[in-house]
Amino acid sequence: MRIRQIKGTLWLLLLTGFFSLHAQAKNLVTEQATLSAPPMVPPPIDRDYSAKVVINLETREQVGSIADGVDYVFWSFGETVPGSFIRVRSGDEIEFHLSNHPSSKMPHNIDLHAVTGPGGGAVSSFTAPGHTSTFSFTALNPGLYIYHCATAPVGMHIANGMYGLILVEPEGGLPRVDREYYVVQGDFYTKGEYGEAGLQPFDMEKAIDEDADYVVFNGSVGSTTNENSLTANVGETVRLFVGNGGPNLISSFHVIGEIFDTVYVEGGSLKNHNVQTTLIPAGGAAIVEFKVDVPGTFIIVDHSIFRAFNKGALAMLNVQGPENQALYSGKQDDNVYLPEGSAIQTLDDDYIVATAKTKEDQIRFGQRVYEANCLACHQAKGEGIHSAFPPLAKSDYLNANPLLGVDAILKGLSGPIKVNGISHDGVMPAMRLSDHDIANVITFVLNSWDNQGGQIFAAEVANRRH
Amino acid sequence: MIETLILTSLVVAMAQNMVAIPDGDYRPLYMSKDSPQTQVRAFSIDVRPVTNQQYLLFIAANPRWKPQAIPQIFAEPQYLQHWGNKDKKSLPAKEQLNSPVINVSWFAAQAYCRSQDKRLPSVAEWERVASASETHADGSQEKSYHQRILEWYGLPSRKQLPEVGGNAPNYWGVQDLHGLIWEWTEDFNSALVSGESRGDSNIDQRLFCAAGAQGAADPSDYAAFMRFGFRSSLQAKFTLPNLGFRCASSKDQTNEKI
Repeated sequence: MRIRQIKGTLWLLLLTGFFSLHAQAKNLVTEQATLSAPPMVPPPIDRDYSAKVVINLETREQVGSIADGVDYVFWSFGETVPGSFIRVRSGDEIEFHLSNHPSSKMPHNIDLHAVTGPGGGAVSSFTAPGHTSTFSFTALNPGLYIYHCATAPVGMHIANGMYGLILVEPEGGLPRVDREYYVVQGDFYTKGEYGEAGLQPFDMEKAIDEDADYVVFNGSVGSTTNENSLTANVGETVRLFVGNGGPNLISSFHVIGEIFDTVYVEGGSLKNHNVQTTLIPAGGAAIVEFKVDVPGTFIIVDHSIFRAFNKGALAMLNVQGPENQALYSGKQDDNVYLPEGSAIQTLDDDYIVATAKTKEDQIRFGQRVYEANCLACHQAKGEGIHSAFPPLAKSDYLNANPLLGVDAILKGLSGPIKVNGISHDGVMPAMRLSDHDIANVITFVLNSWDNQGGQIFAAEVANRRH
Repeated sequence: MIETLILTSLVVAMAQNMVAIPDGDYRPLYMSKDSPQTQVRAFSIDVRPVTNQQYLLFIAANPRWKPQAIPQIFAEPQYLQHWGNKDKKSLPAKEQLNSPVINVSWFAAQAYCRSQDKRLPSVAEWERVASASETHADGSQEKSYHQRILEWYGLPSRKQLPEVGGNAPNYWGVQDLHGLIWEWTEDFNSALVSGESRGDSNIDQRLFCAAGAQGAADPSDYAAFMRFGFRSSLQAKFTLPNLGFRCASSKDQTNEKI
């Protein structure tokens, strides 16, 4: 679901009783909770005493976008997925009002993992459409907690987006940082496959099989990318409140190119330092903190990596500021980050391969090989990336001797080479491709992008193997 | 005036078709797989939900159930609110006439049925009829059965409900049990108060988390979970935008006329 702007601005209502606080312990100051929509977080709590905090949260069933052109009926807390971020202080007495919008088809309730009591509030907040339930609890344990709907069938309520985070700050608060953001991962199960357009209904069978079509941050593919990226400036400290609504999958939470200086493990009081990837269970959370030292786009992923590249589990943190060459030079080694393996894995030998019979076939087949194996580095039009990955378009290096290209694929190529007058110092790993695939891809390249043409045969490739 | 016009022209509509359902068995969702089935004695049930038109006729004959007259303990203020309020007279719009009546309380639904020497169906009766697909008495044998029902729950509410009769008749010839509205049942909250089927679970467990699935006859029957969950959230005076009803009767039924 696309994120709405922060709903409701800060309105602290300090009611009477403030000045007689010392007289009666029960006479707590009452204030209205500040809630925020993802990825924003309400401001830190700066009082040093417990208060009575009133929270109003609405459940709603509404159509939203889960990916470009794909709609889904989300069930939500506070009109967003994840629901509004709740921030209270340890020792606060919370008066919770849960309203179920009249247009809802389902009754809903809320189970806050921050509640000590049966059902986490679920029984007391069970609410029919068009009604409001009220219950109270005291936040005893500091930490970051998931809340979710727990009405039967609970899996479906969660799978439709009914979860969010409640932070119970310890007395004295958390250390101050420059930026705080709110990110929750969730898995979704739709009748159509990933990306299939239109209004997609929930698929119960896939949910039971834990076969997710979408694994996303903050309710939709691209919710937190490009112009919606999180932002920070070089030198700032960033704190992410990360939750995992599930319903099924465990998150291997990772920020590409950052190391978490501090992780509040599982959202509790245990602090771990210098962490690359932290595990967040379904129905769990973690607080991660890091300082951003260099500019650029930092990709936030579930490092169960196919989820990131094929199911949407990808968000971005955009850091602006001056380069720091000593910390990060900007042109070394990023070409060998290939977590999926260096090429498409080969199957058993006894399957039938369609072989190209003509040069035109070779070009056609070769294009497929190129797109699957080469395009990520050498780019869509063979333009390469300046000084890292040499261009294949109009390439003097390749045209002079196409068999050098065959060698590069067979054996890999590292160290500086000069292409079109520019020195490239990178690493290309050897590719596990068949003789036919290599012959086809080189033939494709030779006949594309202003190269001189020509043809390479599988037998020639076989000769170069030794 | 409009009222009398509609009345005279629509007396026919009052005669609601019913179908007879023979003696049979039904296993409530919350029973374990080995528990004996619940016997459901023969009864008759309306083919379609009660429409706004039929309900209008009822309150014309029984003015104490008009929105202006109904006591608060029998219905919430939203009672029949979808009819709007024209000149202090609540009337359904023309395009609503054949849509199911909603925003009615259990008391009002029961009164309507009694006015026709009928009653609301019990949960067991309703579930027995509703567990049939178009071709099987036990719809769960069809692979797509649960998914199709779930799809309705996955759609947002519509301002104007479709007319009744839009869904194909099921095995028993009954329509619109799924895909149009929720329906009141006579003992809608019995899943919470009856003791005999609890086993080792207690009253709370059906309401939250996975505890409700423990000992369920078919944990994959999400649609049934939702119905039981929905019914559990109700009180008899509630009037909800997606909740209507149909009537049932049995031969030995003795109803006090209201």
